[in-house]
Amino acid sequence: MKSKTASFLKKNKKQLLEAWMHNQLADSTLRDDLITNEELGKQSEELLDSLLKALGSGEFNADSDVFQPVVDIISELSITRARQGFSPRETSLFVMSLKRAFYSIMDKEFANDPALLYQEAVIINNLLDTLSIITMETFIKGREEVILRQTDEINEISTPVIRVWDGILALPIIGTLDSARTQIVMENLLQMIVETGSRIAILDISGVPTVDSLVAQHLIKTVSATRLMGAECIISGIRAEIAQTIVHLGIDLSNINTKASLASALKLAFNMLGVEVRRGEKKSII
Amino acid sequence: MMTLTKEKLTILREPDVIFFRNKAKEYAVKIGMSLVGQTKLITAASELVRNMLRYANGGEAILEIVVRNNIKGVRLTFADKGPGIKDVKQAMQDGFSTGKSLGLGLPGAKRLSNEFDLKSEVGKGTTVTIIRWKNGL
Repeated sequence: MKSKTASFLKKNKKQLLEAWMHNQLADSTLRDDLITNEELGKQSEELLDSLLKALGSGEFNADSDVFQPVVDIISELSITRARQGFSPRETSLFVMSLKRAFYSIMDKEFANDPALLYQEAVIINNLLDTLSIITMETFIKGREEVILRQTDEINEISTPVIRVWDGILALPIIGTLDSARTQIVMENLLQMIVETGSRIAILDISGVPTVDSLVAQHLIKTVSATRLMGAECIISGIRAEIAQTIVHLGIDLSNINTKASLASALKLAFNMLGVEVRRGEKKSII
Repeated sequence: MMTLTKEKLTILREPDVIFFRNKAKEYAVKIGMSLVGQTKLITAASELVRNMLRYANGGEAILEIVVRNNIKGVRLTFADKGPGIKDVKQAMQDGFSTGKSLGLGLPGAKRLSNEFDLKSEVGKGTTVTIIRWKNGL
């Protein structure tokens, strides 16, 4: 009985595809700006072909091996759509609308035998439900990948090492310093110290909202690593409330040079390098 | 003591720490806590949430606005089902850590909050409750 449905569906493949495409194109959420109708037709036919082929084996369980090619196609489509910016609704509709196409064809074929129609409909229903779930799962996975990539990008962007003077580097840290970011900050800083031969690095933490013991530990580690490279570290941007909190927490930063502002840190750095900055004879032009 | 607002959050991953901290700040701002008070509360919260993630793989954090004698405060409760603390007295000492950290989390959080309560049972879990009052030092 199962193979009967399969062979019947195969016979009606053309109608099935037409009905499916009709359903997809008629839906108000169709994204013809993201995908052309031709491409959609091609994707639909490819999926339908592999689905009918799998059904031909007489298997109706989406978890079995014969459905692997179908699952692969759906996964790939969903991931691509997630990246292209389709909404979850638009993505799941791709498989959902196939279900409706199946029903409309089967409705005509089994019109005389409601019991059989019901039986076949349940089988098709279960199969397509599983495929819908796979669609959603991979869609969300695709989105998560996008988020992860963005997190990486943010980490990259937010840790620039600036050369403020000959021999002086500044590193404004913005956001929370977790283990992963500390690693990036440290790598960038140490590499720049080697490249520029700088002797002083200023870590500015004005943009760090909370300094807890973990952040402090990461800062201390960065300072130690910098010292091992033969450079000195100054931590600037310690706000009043942060200073009080650090004291209550019991963190000892007494053997590290700290300053309230980047300006005073720069002044200290000039001092340490023996550089003198003073107003010249010439009148200021601004 | 009376509870005015209450919210429960599940802490499972590192980004939850930042989310929880922002929530705690929101509560502190709501009752008009000073900037120093806010920072102390958030830092204490940060320590305790991190502990929960690190030693118990996460747990539950409860935020509350409480009132006692007409004074408002923020109460934070951190409950986990982790391994528990064997020697609470030792864990409350500065510089003691079983996890290669500075060992300032628990004692620091106690100093940063006005009221501190720690209950732990080995094998069952740990619950830490802290309160910072609006006018607390």
